[in-house]
Amino acid sequence: MPRKLWFALAASAILALGVAACGGDDDDDGGSGGSLSGDIRVDGSSTVGPLSEAIAEQFNAENPDVKVTVGTSGTGGGFEKFCAGETDISDASRPIEPDEEEACQAQGIGYDGIQVANDALTAAINPDNPVTCMTVDQLKSVWEPKSTIDSWSQIEGLQPSFDEDLALYSPGTDSGTFDFFTDKVNGEEGAQRTSDVNDIGEDDNATVTGVSGAGGGMGYFGYSFFKENEGTVKALEIDGGNGCVAPAPATAQDGSYFLSRPLFVYPSDKALQNETVDEFLRFYLDNINAVAEQVGFIPMTDAQLQKSQQQLESLTSGSGGGTTTG
Amino acid sequence: MEARGATAATGGPGRLDPARPLVAARPRYGEKVIQGLLAACAVISVITTTAIVISLLSPTIDFFGEVSLRDFFSFDEWAPTQADPSFGVFRIVIGTLSTSLWALLFAVPIGLLAAIYLSEYAHPTVRKVTKPVLEVLAGIPTVALGLFAVTFLSPEIQDVVPSLVKSPPFFALAAGLGIGLLLVPIIASISDDAMRAVPGALREGAYGLGATKLKVATRVVFPAAISGIVASVVLALSRAVGETMIVLLAAGGTPNATFDPGASVLTMTAFIGKTATGDIATGTITYDTIFAVGALLFVMTLGMNAIAIRLVRRFREVYE
Repeated sequence: MPRKLWFALAASAILALGVAACGGDDDDDGGSGGSLSGDIRVDGSSTVGPLSEAIAEQFNAENPDVKVTVGTSGTGGGFEKFCAGETDISDASRPIEPDEEEACQAQGIGYDGIQVANDALTAAINPDNPVTCMTVDQLKSVWEPKSTIDSWSQIEGLQPSFDEDLALYSPGTDSGTFDFFTDKVNGEEGAQRTSDVNDIGEDDNATVTGVSGAGGGMGYFGYSFFKENEGTVKALEIDGGNGCVAPAPATAQDGSYFLSRPLFVYPSDKALQNETVDEFLRFYLDNINAVAEQVGFIPMTDAQLQKSQQQLESLTSGSGGGTTTG
Repeated sequence: MEARGATAATGGPGRLDPARPLVAARPRYGEKVIQGLLAACAVISVITTTAIVISLLSPTIDFFGEVSLRDFFSFDEWAPTQADPSFGVFRIVIGTLSTSLWALLFAVPIGLLAAIYLSEYAHPTVRKVTKPVLEVLAGIPTVALGLFAVTFLSPEIQDVVPSLVKSPPFFALAAGLGIGLLLVPIIASISDDAMRAVPGALREGAYGLGATKLKVATRVVFPAAISGIVASVVLALSRAVGETMIVLLAAGGTPNATFDPGASVLTMTAFIGKTATGDIATGTITYDTIFAVGALLFVMTLGMNAIAIRLVRRFREVYE
């Protein structure tokens, strides 16, 4: 018995040493190789998430030693982590808000909101629904707090008439999409009816499933989700006062679509001092317009892209010093 | 070891020296250590329960510092994370009761009939195969059951009764049936054990009086095992009320105060799960709300278990 025990101990000791040695080797390779390595932590909007993931995949193909993790805890959730210094880059589907700015300042975290794409927040309905266009006031009457409308026929002035019960699907309150929609449509950010609304959290696919399954369904999400599911759901045109406008790349870029918005990434100045993060963001902006179209986002105009690149440049040089190279 | 055993065998109970107390000749330290470990294991569960109560307490007190009891225990809107928050907890309490109700309506009859079959009718070989299979059902991860409810049960129900469902694919009945699947093995297995523990003499007596097999099962064995059966149902109810993943996936997320099986509902557990997976800062009202709801859930299950113990005592038939 004791002999066997000693043997087992010795064997595990040798194994442990071996593993430790291997670990050491890996570290040495990373340091002397000169290629990029390290972790990049991205979190935030579930709307921007797919874009960052697509970029991260391409970046990873070129820099296999870099580990990019992209979380989607919502714009608000993302900023909370970002301003606590837990993430390097925050995806956002709306600009940072004053209370979030304060949180970042308290931690001494500098940042800038860099636009990476355009989005047309899309109100989706069932394809069998004959309605094609709604005014903002009509949308508001459905979604505002304490709204009691529970059938399409109760919406005032809606053409053509449609007699089906409403089934509403909304993203969770952590979502930038929720913030933006409630701000633009209901007139108060974060205020929306709770009765008869399915809170689907950050899972936009649940809205697609729901709206496609319910004849009177309506929900809202980013344009890319609509593009992915065109046919299973239908996009509403929205009349913001100047006639019905459909969500589309052109109407989002020129802002004529009522619910068009810019999408951002927020890098922190501290993270940008890290060469890996800096390179990642350059890569991001260099490839963003091509990738955006591939994954169903609305790319930036040339002017928008130029502005973003300048912002990144000044953020890097302003804080880091010396790391600016074309 | 063997030598000591031999002396113990020769020295019978009659030959004990009254002057020498009945203690080990040498102190057995190993045994003391093992005893200590066992006691520590027993204490851990007590400490855990106490720790849970304590950790729930402080945020709950904070919560009621900001929200009055009357606003909490009301049918107001349930919108704790919105710009203009409102905390009518009855809306999600009823959501919880609704999914639990549909789950029990499905699971209690099936579970009890399965238990009667297993203990009274099934051939021993059938029982030998069926019971472990039934218990495997209890081991299915609830997330799998939740997906099953959304992707299979929900469309099936919509096909059968399309007019019932208001916000597909999420509604109380789909989640309720999903939970029901989880409860069937709990009810069947515990009730089966309770019925099999009924003394054989009772059955034989009934047969001797000319009772049919059905009468023996329903009039003799079932009432005799009622305490175990009630316990199984209450255990199932606690499980249904506390179940999170299935309702999170399948019940929707609408704080509707309704028992309508086709309506989307938000349960207490689903609210906690949904909100806690987002990012909430400690000390905010949203954070405290989670604990207040958790405390209420704790009180509810505690109450249920207390009622169960009462019921079991009242209906228990004692045999010697």
